[in-house]
Amino acid sequence: MNELCLLSQLSEGEIGIVNAINVTGSMRRRLQDLGLIRETEIKCLFRNVKGNLGAYNIRDAVIALRNSDTSRIEVIRKKNGA
Amino acid sequence: MGRDNMGLTLSSTGTNIAKKDLFEYNALKQREEILIGLAGNPNVGKSTLFNNLTGMHQHTGNWPGKTISSAIGRIKYGEKQYLLADLPGTYSLLTHSKEEDVARDFICFSGAKKIIVVCDATCLERNLNLCLQIIEMTDNVCVCVNLIDEAERKGIEIDFDKLSVELGVEVVSVIARQKKSAKLLSELSELSVSQKKIQIKYPSVIEECIDVLKDSFIKYNFNFSERWLAVNLLTCREEITEKIKTYYNIDLMQDKQVVTALKMTDKIIERYGQTSESIIDKVARTFVKKAEEISGKTVVKKQNKENTVLDKILTGKITGRILMVGLLLVVFWLTIKGANLPSELLSKTFIAGEKYIDIFLDKLNVPEIFKNMLICGVYRVLTWVISVMLPPMAIFFPLFTLLEDSGYLPRIAFNMDNFFRKCNSCGKQALTISMGFGCNAAGVTGTRIIDSDRERLISILTNSFVPCNGRFPMMISVISIFFATSMAISDVISALIMTALICFGIFMTFIVSKILSETWLKGESSSFALELPPFRKPQIGKVIIRSVFDRTLFVLLRAMAVAAPAGLIIWLMVNIKVDSVSLFSLCADFLDPFASFIGLDGVILIAFILGFPANEIVVPLTIMGYTCSGELQQVSDMETLKYIFTSNGWTAVTAICFLVFTLMHWPCSTTCITIYKETKSKKWTFLGFVIPTLCGMILCFLINTVYKILTAV
Ligand SMILES: Nc1nc2c(ncn2[C@@H]2O[C@H](COP(=O)(O)OP(=O)(O)OP(=O)(O)O)[C@@H](O)[C@H]2O)c(=O)[nH]1
Ligand SMILES: [Mg+2]
Repeated sequence: MNELCLLSQLSEGEIGIVNAINVTGSMRRRLQDLGLIRETEIKCLFRNVKGNLGAYNIRDAVIALRNSDTSRIEVIRKKNGA
Repeated sequence: MGRDNMGLTLSSTGTNIAKKDLFEYNALKQREEILIGLAGNPNVGKSTLFNNLTGMHQHTGNWPGKTISSAIGRIKYGEKQYLLADLPGTYSLLTHSKEEDVARDFICFSGAKKIIVVCDATCLERNLNLCLQIIEMTDNVCVCVNLIDEAERKGIEIDFDKLSVELGVEVVSVIARQKKSAKLLSELSELSVSQKKIQIKYPSVIEECIDVLKDSFIKYNFNFSERWLAVNLLTCREEITEKIKTYYNIDLMQDKQVVTALKMTDKIIERYGQTSESIIDKVARTFVKKAEEISGKTVVKKQNKENTVLDKILTGKITGRILMVGLLLVVFWLTIKGANLPSELLSKTFIAGEKYIDIFLDKLNVPEIFKNMLICGVYRVLTWVISVMLPPMAIFFPLFTLLEDSGYLPRIAFNMDNFFRKCNSCGKQALTISMGFGCNAAGVTGTRIIDSDRERLISILTNSFVPCNGRFPMMISVISIFFATSMAISDVISALIMTALICFGIFMTFIVSKILSETWLKGESSSFALELPPFRKPQIGKVIIRSVFDRTLFVLLRAMAVAAPAGLIIWLMVNIKVDSVSLFSLCADFLDPFASFIGLDGVILIAFILGFPANEIVVPLTIMGYTCSGELQQVSDMETLKYIFTSNGWTAVTAICFLVFTLMHWPCSTTCITIYKETKSKKWTFLGFVIPTLCGMILCFLINTVYKILTAV
């Protein structure tokens, strides 16, 4: 029922549970600081015009991340994310 | 800028400077004073709390990264004197960007008697992450949960007593925006050291390493806990030993006991089948999980209200763009419209005042030549600067600050990121551009929020493509003289032209950023995470008062300080004659051929050169140069002004070239100095000077040439 996808593939309003983080280096640290680790629940709130920058709800804060980073984060998409 | 209230900043990029600055704290600290630091995530209200406690006026703004260097304030409470430091926000003690480094050094190495960790009640869980890291490091911590008014509105309830028990440190709840500092202080100033603070439990591999390591540090008596140092030696060994060398003059890698212990930890890590990378992950995970657990026990979310409607409008495909340009237009229109009347009044008053000064100087028997010098040289340039600059600034600054306080700026960055990505630069550059509107020097310092050095340099070098508030009143005055006279909707037209010019400046920022990232600063655009803070109702009254007093008057005073001597110089140049030709004409004639090449003339170029310390004086100096007797004519109406310009050969093209050159020429001296301070490199400072200058010259040349060709046909 729950399918695996990339964080960048979540569309507006969908929720995903982080499954794997393949980002390395300082960005990995930064994401960890923001509380983004395995099993964290993330909701995609809205995207920019081109869809290559997304605003996500991470632990009650709204964080904008580029697709170049979020395409390296695997999430389990929750169906009927509400 | 107004940021370092007592002339003391911790602004630093290299470790050496950071070291010096931390020692400055100790020099500043008088004997009985107790040093306290305000730490916390970005945008949680640290500066607001600082202002509340000290009665000072540190700038606040609703976006992460507003404070980039720390400020110091003194408070007296009861018998004791405290020295309070407002730090830049940081997400974690494992830092990344330059401003965070300042905060981390303070938290870890300043030896402060107490660190107050300010938290945002609306996302406590994330904030607890840093909290736990600081608690792990030192015993002198107290937690201050701010923004509880906002949390209440969002239906978030926090059990503070339980939180205090869980963390084992004092917890205070505050609303930093509201005045009740006395009570707050009494709670914060308790310097009790917590005995029962929470002990973080790491996975067993790390615990084993800590056990092996920690005894070897006891002899040093560091300010921070042995456990914390042990973990840091596992996660960021080079960095931490470097810092300890800097601040304590101790080289841990020369300590046999430490080195042997470290070798043992390597074995332990190997035995568990781990790598140093996975250890870092484990440490980070431990903190995040603990924060999650504690917040689960203490925070109750009654309803889950998530409001993204406004965000969707502000970042929408059509609405977002229209609003962005529209807001700019409205802000300029309000500025131009609102400034008209006060400008006129001021100018009339100054003209009337001239008579009295004349009479007064006569009474003092001041010789005619000095009188002439003072009135025609100094007084007129000075008053022109005040009457033309003050009103637009006093309107633009507060408007801009309101926007800043509402939380709109990060949305602009969100909208523009796509362009910056294409130029291989950082999306946060939009924020530094916005800062540049106020002052390019502030914009250059503001680039510290950008993590990557390459992208940071790009945004430093291109910052002066947006006109600072010193330049845009002069652009407005030229626009209204040439393009918007005697029309009912002249203000709208001026605002439109102004907006178009700003957009052009931003367009040039993209072009130059792109060129730089293909040449000297080659590289891919790096990762970034931008926090979008919740929209907040700006504190209108406070914003207006503060921006007028702090920013407007500061900038105006600087302009005036430059205007007076520059007026004098021009007056002297005009009145000192060599073979009956004034020095001024000689210089102007010398520059003229080159200047006319780029559609300007020698007089304008001299004015720009003399305006290096402060661009505000360029227009009055130009007028003074034209009126050749060396006296700035007291011209109060646009028609006379226009006449002065046109009779000196100005056409619409001259005006356009003038505007473009204003937008793009060498940054003012303050900005150049700031670029040097930030980059510590003559080369980049030089480029920061040359790039906009070349752009401006080339464009003006093109405009002028195209016009000539067109008219010749
Ligand atoms: N409603 C409400 N707003 C607050 C409170 N405290 C601060 N703010 C607002 O929160 C925003 C951020 O405040 P700052 O004091 O600039 O935050 P900071 O922690 O210094 O931020 P950085 O310097 O960027 O790290 C401002 O718009 C403040 O007006 C509060 O208790 N209640
Ligand atoms: Mg601040």
